[in-house]
This record gives sequence, C-alpha cells and structure tokens, in this order.
Amino acid sequence: MPVTLLKTPFNAAEVLQEFTKEASGAGAIVSFTGLVRATSTAGERITELHLQAYPPLTETSIERAVQKAQTLWTLDAVTVLHRIGDMVPDEAIVFVAAAAKHRRDAFEGVDYLMDYLKTEAIFWKKEAYADGAAWIEPRGQDYTDKARWAHTSSKLELS
Amino acid sequence: MVKLLFFGKLIDHVADMQMDMSLPQHVETTADLRLWLKTHHDQDEVFLDPSIRLAQNNAIIAEPAKISDKDEIAFLPPVGGG
Repeated sequence: MPVTLLKTPFNAAEVLQEFTKEASGAGAIVSFTGLVRATSTAGERITELHLQAYPPLTETSIERAVQKAQTLWTLDAVTVLHRIGDMVPDEAIVFVAAAAKHRRDAFEGVDYLMDYLKTEAIFWKKEAYADGAAWIEPRGQDYTDKARWAHTSSKLELS
Repeated sequence: MVKLLFFGKLIDHVADMQMDMSLPQHVETTADLRLWLKTHHDQDEVFLDPSIRLAQNNAIIAEPAKISDKDEIAFLPPVGGG
C-alpha cells in the first residue's frame, strides 16, 4: 500500500515527479503538500515540531482511509507520505497525491484524505516555542472539514 | 505481562511511555485499568478522560473491554496529523 511514514525530510517535487511516472496514462493528477507552519494558532513562533505515530496502527488506519477514498472516487493511484519525528518550519510534513482519469475524482480524493489525516489519523503533534512546548489537538475547523464528507459517503453507500 | 503504551500529552503524565507490568488480580477490564492508573498516579484524572481512546493489540476498541495479561494496551489522546 502506498502509505509511508518518514523520519527524514523529503522533497515533495521529487515525490510528485516519481508519482507522475508511476501513474502514466492517468488524465489528471492532484497533489497536496503540507508544510510545518512557522506560527502557532495562538501566534507563537514555532521553533520545532515533534510528530509521534503508533506503528503499525497509524499506517493500517491510513491505508483503510485510502481504500475508502478508492470506493468513493475512481482513482488510478494514490500515495500518502507523512513525516514523523522532529522537524522545523517550512519542511514538508505531509504529501498526498491521487491520479485519476478525470480531475474531479483526483481533487476530491486528495481533499478527503487530507481531512482524514487532520482529524483521525493516529499522530500526535507537539509544538516547541522559544519558551515552552504544547501538544496540539485538531481545530474545530478540521472536524467541520471532515464532516463535509458524511453526505458523500452516505449518498454513495445508498446508490 | 501486560504492555501499556502512552502517547501524546499522556507522556507528560507518566514516568515512561512504556510500562510492562503484571496485572493486579482485580484489574479485569479497561475501566479497572484506567482507575488503577489514576490511583497510582496521584489521582490524576487524565486516565479517566473519555476522549482518550484505547487500542488493544493494535486495534481501537469500544470500552469497557476485558483485558488479559498478554495484551498490549495503548492510550491514545485525540489525534491529528497533516
């Protein structure tokens, strides 16, 4: 399954290039790269981000979300890369790409997976600031974003 | 021996992220285990927090559930990556 947890930095442009090669024949590729923010929600300057996972549950749960996306949309290929460990602002933390025959499936597949990653994927985030550190939980907006798909799932399950 | 794992903010509430121990005889369910942890950590209520889900042998479970001395039990605070 195309789900990878990485302890070291990755180059999103290179990953996309590789994915594009593998997805040869698809009419549309959508990719999303998430970067470590330099400022916390409360406005503090972030010096370092620590991300913890619980393998293999983290990977198997993301794989299930990928399978779910593949039942909701017609996707030729999907890849999910997620950093774990310590990283600094501006480094890529997550990369999701989907290849499909047409753009809508690829756009929505990636959007859905990102909402899953932000609210349900098994990761814990700790931000370090100049004068302390804090564990971060999903924002209300992240749950609202995830809830948008409830309608999509039930509609497709009925049809 | 049961293996207990603590993640996220819980690491700040325990001495070690991993605890290997023999289950006391009266600890038969996840509810017993949560209470036992509370009493052994200065009455720290965090162990009773329902937003902390449990995984038993790498699967998230509905509680309360029976536990055995061979289990790996992970305490999972609210999650979110990206």
